Parts: sequence; C-alpha cells; structure tokens
Amino acid sequence: MSVTVLWVALGGAVGAPLRFALGKVLDGRFHTGTVIANTGASLLLGLCVGWSVDGSAYALVATGFCGGMSTYSSFAVQARDLGPRRGAPYVVLTIGLGLAAVGLGYWLAA
Amino acid sequence: MIPAPRLLLAVAAGGSAGAVLRYLCGELASDGAGFPWTTFTINVVGCSLLAGLELLPFVRRSATWAAALGPGVLGGFTTFSATSEQGRAMLAAGDSVLAAGYLVGTLGACLLAVTFVGRHAPPLPEEDEL
Repeated sequence: MSVTVLWVALGGAVGAPLRFALGKVLDGRFHTGTVIANTGASLLLGLCVGWSVDGSAYALVATGFCGGMSTYSSFAVQARDLGPRRGAPYVVLTIGLGLAAVGLGYWLAA
Repeated sequence: MIPAPRLLLAVAAGGSAGAVLRYLCGELASDGAGFPWTTFTINVVGCSLLAGLELLPFVRRSATWAAALGPGVLGGFTTFSATSEQGRAMLAAGDSVLAAGYLVGTLGACLLAVTFVGRHAPPLPEEDEL
C-alpha cells in the first residue's frame, strides 16, 4: 500500500460526483451528460498518455479522475434500458466518441 | 437539476472507493500485453453488480446508499476511458483485429451481463443509472 492509493482515491472522489452531476443535469431522453463524462474523461486520458504523465500525477488524473468520471456500468445499463433501436446509436456514438477523443488528446499532446 | 449535496458526497465517497478497488485489481493482476483481461473483468463485474444493485434491501430503502454504491462505487470501479485508451493503443500498433475484439467484446459481455442479471433483479431507478 503506498501513497499512490491516496491520489487515486482523491481523483475518484472528484471524477465520480462530476459524472453524477453531469448526468443529473443533462441526461434526459438522451444520455447527454453521461456521453460528455465518458468523452471528456477519454480526451483527458489521451492527453495524459500523450504527455507521458506518470507517478502521482497519473494516479490522480488518469487512474483516479478519468476512471472515476467515466463509467462502463451506467453506460451498459442505460444502453440495455434504451432497447435495441435507441440503444444501438447510443453505444456506437459513445464508443466512437471515446476513441476519437482519446486519439485527439494523444495527438494534441504528442 | 444539480443533485443534493448529500448525494454528491455519497457518490464522491463511493467513487473514491471504487477507483481504489480498480487500482488495486491492476496492482494484483496487471493488464500486460495483448487482451486487457483485468480491465475487461472489472467492467463486466461492475456492470453485473450495478444491474443487480436493487436486490439489496437497504439500497431500495435509501437514495443515499443507492447513489454511494451505483454511480459511486460501481461507476468509479468501472472505466470507459481506460477501455478507449487501450483500444486506441491497439489501433496505433496496427492491431485492429485485437482492438475490435476488445471493444466489441467488452460491450457485448457487459450488455449480456446486465441483461441476464436484470432478469433476476428489480429495475434500477433512473437516477441510479448515472
């Protein structure tokens, strides 16, 4: 157990409520808030990897904040509840934006 | 509408615990080269648990517990950003088959898990799906 755990905990303690608030404020017929949380976290993680951030900063921002701000569990349950017709565009958009955002972040940083 | 401070604090506490759990899983079994089994497993397990969250009586009774465990612990435990980054790195390495297998495999396994578990659990209130 190292001090790294504390950085991860701190990042998660900021990222998770930010995602929750984005969802509460923006999710409606479409899960705009969750899409923004997942896309934003992917962009920031791409920047971190492109900048070769490591050590405590990586634990805080990448593992803690980005991992806490993004979610697969809510994404999957939301997609299921949207049903095939509305769920399919939701998953294609989320995964496509995630890849594009992480690639953009990496490209901007490199 | 901005959530109540009590719920935000519950999600913050849960999210920090979930993120630490995810980090410790990575310390115990690092993703390594090839298919990121650790992250894959974290996401499938986290999705399954969220789909079954309402099986817990105290979660059904308390919005604070529901927020702490759903959007908090499980939202913090699972990760979409790491999955995207792993997919990007596979594509950048020219391994598009692995990238497609990983991204589609994670999505498929998580959707199957939440569908299966959901058949045996009460539905989640919308605010706990965030």
